[in-house]
Amino acid sequence: MPKVDNAIMSKKDKIASDLRGIINSKNVLSNPDELRPFETDGLTAYRKMPLLVVMPETVNEVSQILKYCNENKIKVVPRGAGTGLSGGSMPLEDCVLIAMGKFNKILEIDYENRCVVTQPCVTNLAITHAVQDKGFYYAPDPSSQIACSIGGNVAENSGGVHSLKYGATTNNLLGIEVVLMDGTITKFGGKAMDSEGYDFLGLMTGSEGLLGVITEVTVKILKSPEVVKAALVGFPSIEDAGNCVAEIIAEGCIPAGMEIMDKALTKATNDYSKAGYPTDAEAMMIVEFDGTEHEVEAYIQKTKEIAEKNNSSSLKISKSNEERLKFWAGRKAAFPACGVLAPDYMCMDGSIPRGKLAEVLNEISRLSKKYNLPVANAFHAGDGNLHPLIMFDANDKESLRKCEEFGADILKYCVKVGGALTGEHGVGIEKRELMCEAFNDKDIQQQLTIKVALDPNSLLNPGKVYPILRKCAEEGRVHVHGGKTKFPDIPRF
Amino acid sequence: MSMEEKQNSQTSLDFNQNIFKPTSREEIVEIVKTCYRKNIPLEINGLKSKNKIGRNFQSEKTLDLSDYKGIIDYKPEELYIKVKAGTPLKEIVEELDKNNQQLAFEPNDFGYLFSGESNSGSIGGVVSCNFAGSRRFKVGSVRDHILGFQGINGKGETIKSGGTVVKNVTGYDLSKLVSGSFGTLTILTELSIKVLPKPETSKTLVIKNPHLKKAIDFLGKALSSSTDPSGGVFYPDYFGKDFVLNDLTHDGGLTAIRIEGPTNSVDQRVKRLSKELGLLDQELSILDNEQSNIFWSRTKNLEVFKKLESNLLRIVLPVSETLQVIQKLKSYDIKYFVDWGGSLIWAAFETLNAKILSDIKDIVKKHQGYITLIKIEDDLKASADIFTIDPIKYKISEKIKRSFDPKRIFNPGKMYTGI
Repeated sequence: MPKVDNAIMSKKDKIASDLRGIINSKNVLSNPDELRPFETDGLTAYRKMPLLVVMPETVNEVSQILKYCNENKIKVVPRGAGTGLSGGSMPLEDCVLIAMGKFNKILEIDYENRCVVTQPCVTNLAITHAVQDKGFYYAPDPSSQIACSIGGNVAENSGGVHSLKYGATTNNLLGIEVVLMDGTITKFGGKAMDSEGYDFLGLMTGSEGLLGVITEVTVKILKSPEVVKAALVGFPSIEDAGNCVAEIIAEGCIPAGMEIMDKALTKATNDYSKAGYPTDAEAMMIVEFDGTEHEVEAYIQKTKEIAEKNNSSSLKISKSNEERLKFWAGRKAAFPACGVLAPDYMCMDGSIPRGKLAEVLNEISRLSKKYNLPVANAFHAGDGNLHPLIMFDANDKESLRKCEEFGADILKYCVKVGGALTGEHGVGIEKRELMCEAFNDKDIQQQLTIKVALDPNSLLNPGKVYPILRKCAEEGRVHVHGGKTKFPDIPRF
Repeated sequence: MSMEEKQNSQTSLDFNQNIFKPTSREEIVEIVKTCYRKNIPLEINGLKSKNKIGRNFQSEKTLDLSDYKGIIDYKPEELYIKVKAGTPLKEIVEELDKNNQQLAFEPNDFGYLFSGESNSGSIGGVVSCNFAGSRRFKVGSVRDHILGFQGINGKGETIKSGGTVVKNVTGYDLSKLVSGSFGTLTILTELSIKVLPKPETSKTLVIKNPHLKKAIDFLGKALSSSTDPSGGVFYPDYFGKDFVLNDLTHDGGLTAIRIEGPTNSVDQRVKRLSKELGLLDQELSILDNEQSNIFWSRTKNLEVFKKLESNLLRIVLPVSETLQVIQKLKSYDIKYFVDWGGSLIWAAFETLNAKILSDIKDIVKKHQGYITLIKIEDDLKASADIFTIDPIKYKISEKIKRSFDPKRIFNPGKMYTGI
C-alpha cells in the first residue's frame, strides 16, 4: 500500500478537530473502538484501521471534507455498504474514510421518466422494493443486492446473473451527482437518456472510487416481465454444457440468466441446502427466460431441443414460480455451502469467452492438484463470468499464500484465453498487481493520466486498481528507461 | 528502442502531403508522432458521412482512415465482432446478416440528410458520434455496445481498454469516454463490438393521431407496459405522407410503436398493446415484418429530412419535458419528429440565427435536456456552439482532453473552443 505519511499520522487530533468544524462533531469518529467496524470490506483477508472516519450528511459536507483533505494532502477512502469483494474500500492507516451511510434515502420515484433518483447508500434491492408495487424493478442484481449500496454498484459497475440480457450498472444508469477531490460538485447525466459532451458518467462508473465521491444516483427502472421460467439441466460433461450454452446463444435466444455449476459445487450445494440437483451430472445448468408467455415458451422449447442434442442427462422445467425459485435457491446457497467444506474460501472473478469454459475448467482442475487446494466453480455462463471458489485455511499462512497464487494463476489464464481479470468484482487491491497481465505500461499510463487530471495529488482512494510501478518493473513488464519513470508527477508507492 | 519504435523508424512517411491515407497502424503511429513533435493539428476522417457535424476548425493535415479497414475477427457464438475503425458500417452489417445478427443500436444514416443518398459511414465514425437509433430506450446507445477498443493517443502511443467479453470491469471504462468524443481524444484503430441476434419478427402498430400530447401519452403507456416495445416515434401531419406503405391506411400524423421477438409472442403483444392503449380498429394499422423494417429504416435514416436545406437540431430530453419544449419551439418555423419513445426530438428550423439559437438553448436547458446542432448554415456555424456544455464540465473536459492529447492535435476545436 502507499507509504504511510507520518506527518499526517501525527496530526490526527488536529485533523479530527478541523473536521469537527466542518461537519456535526458526532459524525467524526476517532476512537479505535469506533473505527474498528470500518477496518475491512468484503475482502476480509485484509484489514487496516483508518486514521479517522467521517459520516457526512449532505453533499456540501462531502465537498468541504474533500476540499479540506485536498488542501492538506490527506488521503481519502470512500465507502458505501462495505460489501465489495476486491478491497476497494479498505482503509489506509493515514486516511480519512468517508462513510456514506447517512445518504440512505430514495429522493424521487419518477414513473413518467421511468427512473428513480436516490442517495448512494440506499441498497440495490431497496430500489426494486420501492417500485415493485407498480410492477417495476431495477435490473442489475449483484448477489449481495440485499446489502450492497447503489453508490457502490456505480463505483464497481456491478453486474449480476441477469446482466447478459439487461447489462451491468453502467447500462442502467442515467445520472450521478459527484464530488471531485478538489471539492467541485457536479452532475453527469440526469433524467435524459444521453448527456452532452464527453461521457463522464461512463468514465465514473466502475472507477472504484478513484475519481470522485458519488452523492446521488439516477437509475432506469424497467417494467417487470410478465412470465419468468427456468430450466434445470444436467450434463455428463462440462464440454456438453459449454456447447449447449454456445448453441443457445447462437440460435438467437438471449436468456435472462444462464448459470453453470460444476460437480463439486453441485454436490456441496445439495449437501448443504437439499437443493435436489442431479448428483450424477458433471455440470448443472439453470437457464432462465423472461418476457411474455409465448416468448418464454418459444425459448424454453428451443432450449430443451438444444440441451437434448447436447446429451443432457436430466431436464426439468419450472412449473410454478415456487419451483423456479427452488432451482435458484441452491445456486444462491452455493457460496455458503463451500463455507462448510473448508474453513475459508476465496471467490475469484474472471471473465472468459463462453466457448473457452471447458478449457479453463480443465486448467483450474490441473492447478487445484498442483496447489493441493480444492476448488468448486460457479459460472455466469451467459456472459462468460467465472467464479472459482478456492477453499483454504486463513489461519495457515502457507495455505493463504497458495490460495492467492492459485487465484492469480486462474486470472492470468482467463486473460490468456481472451478474457478479463475481473468481470464484476473490481480490481481493488486484490487484483492490482495483475493489471500488467491485461494492460501494458502505455495502457496503464493513459489511465493514470486521467486519474491525475482529476486528482493531481492522488489522494482519492490511492493504492487501489493500479499496480505499484516498482513491482511491475521488477517483473519486466513496465518500460523504465534509464532509471527514469515517465510522468514523474504521478506518485509511486 | 522498443520493437514498435524500431518498426516505425523503418516506415518512410512523406510528410509533404496534406492528406494521409494510412493502411497500417504503424503508419498512423508515425503520422501522429510526427504531428505531435511538430505541433501539427490533424483532422480525422472516416467516410465523411458525419464530418459536417461539429465546429469548423483549422487543421493543416487530414488523416483519412477509409483505407484502414477490414474485419479482424467475428465470433457469432461469442456475440462480438472486432474490426478496424475505417471499416464501412455497411460491410459490417452485411457480414452480420449472414449469421442473422445485428448491431442492435441501429445507428442513424446521415447520408440522406446531407447528400440525399445512403452513407452510413465507418464504424469509427459511428462510435465517435454515438448517435443511436430508435431502440435506444431498450438496448442503450452505441457506447453500451462497445466492448473494447485500441487507439492512438495524441503522443502516438497505442492504448487499449476493455476487450471482447461482455463483462469486464478491469480499469477505467475508456470505451465509454471515447464514444461520442468526435475524434478529439484518440484515433480509434480497432473496435470490438457486441452483436445480437436479429429478432425473428418485427411488427409495428401505427396509430392515426395528429396530436403530440396524445402521442406522448401512447408512447409513455407503451414503454411502461410489459409488452416490451423496441421503438416509439411520433410524426406530425406534414410527415404522414412520407410513409406510403401497403398496410398503412392513412396518411396524416402518426404514432408508431415497434414490437419485436418470436412471431407468436409478437402477435400476442401487438394484440395486448392495442387493447391496453384502448385503440379502435379504424385508427390503427399494423405493419408486417417487411413494412415494419422499411418504416424503422426510414426513421433511422432521417429520410423525412432528405436533402434538407434548412437547419437541423437534435434535442435530447427527459420524456416528461418533450411536450412543453415542442410547444415553446412552435413559435419558430419548425418541422419535427419525435423518436426514442418521446425522449429525442429531431427539429428542422427554417430560419436560425444566433439569437434564436441562444433562446432555444435556454429553453432546452431549462427542461434538463441538451442540443446538438446537426446541420446549420455556414455563416452561423463559425460563431455558434455546436454542442452545449456547462462551465464545470468544460473545465473537466479540458483536463481529460489534455490527458489523451496534450498538444491538442486531434480535431482541435471540433467540439468546443479550446478542446
